[in-house]
Amino acid sequence: MTAPLLSVKNLTIDYIGEEKDFRAVDNVSFDVAPGEVFGLAGESGCGKSTIAFAISRLHKPPALIRRESTILLNGRNVLDLDDKGLRDFRWREVAMVFQSAMNSLNPVLRIEQQFYDVLKTHKGMSRAEARDRTAEMLKLVDIAPDRMRDYPHQFSGGMRQRIVIAICLALDPRLVVMDEPTTALDVVVQREILQRINELRRSLGFAVLFITHDLGLMVQFCDRIGIMLAGKLVEQNTAEAIYGSPQHDYTKKLWASFPSLHGGVLL
Amino acid sequence: MTGMQTPILALDNVTKTFGNGPGAVRAARSISFSLHAGRALALVGESGSGKTTCARMAMREYLPTEGKILFKGQPVEGSNAAEAAHYRRAVQMIFQDPFASLNPAHTIAYHLKRPLLLHRPDIKRSEIDATVRALLQQVKLDPDLVAPKYPHELSGGQRQRVNIARALAAKPEVIVADEPTSMLDVSVRLGVLNLLSEMKQQMKLGLLYITHDIATARYVAEDIAVMYSGQIVEWGNVGKVIDNPAHPYTKLLLSAVPDPDIRFDDPSVRLRPEDVEEIRRKSAMTQDRIVEVDSDHFVRAA
Repeated sequence: MTAPLLSVKNLTIDYIGEEKDFRAVDNVSFDVAPGEVFGLAGESGCGKSTIAFAISRLHKPPALIRRESTILLNGRNVLDLDDKGLRDFRWREVAMVFQSAMNSLNPVLRIEQQFYDVLKTHKGMSRAEARDRTAEMLKLVDIAPDRMRDYPHQFSGGMRQRIVIAICLALDPRLVVMDEPTTALDVVVQREILQRINELRRSLGFAVLFITHDLGLMVQFCDRIGIMLAGKLVEQNTAEAIYGSPQHDYTKKLWASFPSLHGGVLL
Repeated sequence: MTGMQTPILALDNVTKTFGNGPGAVRAARSISFSLHAGRALALVGESGSGKTTCARMAMREYLPTEGKILFKGQPVEGSNAAEAAHYRRAVQMIFQDPFASLNPAHTIAYHLKRPLLLHRPDIKRSEIDATVRALLQQVKLDPDLVAPKYPHELSGGQRQRVNIARALAAKPEVIVADEPTSMLDVSVRLGVLNLLSEMKQQMKLGLLYITHDIATARYVAEDIAVMYSGQIVEWGNVGKVIDNPAHPYTKLLLSAVPDPDIRFDDPSVRLRPEDVEEIRRKSAMTQDRIVEVDSDHFVRAA
């Protein structure tokens, strides 16, 4: 295997409480290779979103990352970055798509302006350069470039989600963290978006950390999968192995809780 | 959908229009379906397809713009106050959000006493507490632990069980469950669906199960109706419709359901955006022709 793009080692995160602390992430280690899609699956409260936030350094008190933890991106420890380092790192190296990302667009600004904000801040682009880049990015996600003059409410939920993904990719990040990016969308729209992301990561080469509770979807999209239970990574393997020969009892239980389209449950 | 006996509840060629003039939205168009004792009908479709409008008409929260709703063969429109009260008791609803559908200021016992006092004059005051306990046991919750608690002390799955108990308290004949598990964790989802199925069988309920998750539809229901753009485009026996879909939208929906046996990297499974667009455009057009695909399996066509 080539050198990992992202290497999470002994990550431990506590939520500090008045009486006692709650360990949300417990000694988790995993690697993501360049261009790879790595999935984190588990139920709500298992710590998967806490990990996503920590990788982008978006965690806030009372979350506390314990000292022995390291998060290496291209060999550099994200946890050691100062404010300036963080500004350069976010969006350029790691971009993030949230579950309700389509609601994160500013309703009173045209789509063009929202791209420009990012491109000017991070790359110092002029209006004209930003417009070219915006057109290019919208085309990537199957949206007609002439719609950049429109406002968010003029787009459907699925289109807004694709616009957010296009803004995320505008600076060519090496890693995109996607936390339940399609959970609020219908299955047809979900499929269209994820197959597009899959094509883009093949052509552009970015890696994806993909978080969802839907194991079936995860196996369709991911190269490797980690299963989380109560803050611990209990199993990690290739998608084929997680589906075909799950080892941990919890992984088996998760599979048994998905009804199959063809009758019965998936495992 | 099986037409042997009179259904408990039926929508007969019902249309619901919101607004008027050129901006009017036809949220439900020529909808017909029946609910039978001990059977579940799954109404599936994407958001905005009209599922919840149908549920609300079945609940008599919305009056249909056209068409009739029949309760045991009798039209509900024009029913007197006593008949309306009977309908309110007999048709109960379970909502999607287990956090918003219980009052945070009241105990679980209170939530279950209210429908008993309101809808069950046959139960003596002295028996109410015992009935609350029995209801909680029926939904597999421990009455001693749960009855005195407040909603925030329960998990989402437990709360949804309380909602089922509350619906059962009225001794219903029909339960309308609008996405009852979409906000629950996967590991508790099946438990709640199993409970709904059990209650349906034991109490001979007609169940209208509304969902966007077609795999759970197959798990719970005997019959299925697929909605798109306000119309039921295909309906019938759940296995026949899913295994042998005839309508282009049903095929599209089924092909997009997450399936671990299909990888996105496989080019043969790729959905082409232009095809999806075309299917959506055609499926939204009025489809008046009904074709019988098989016994107990029907599809609409333009």
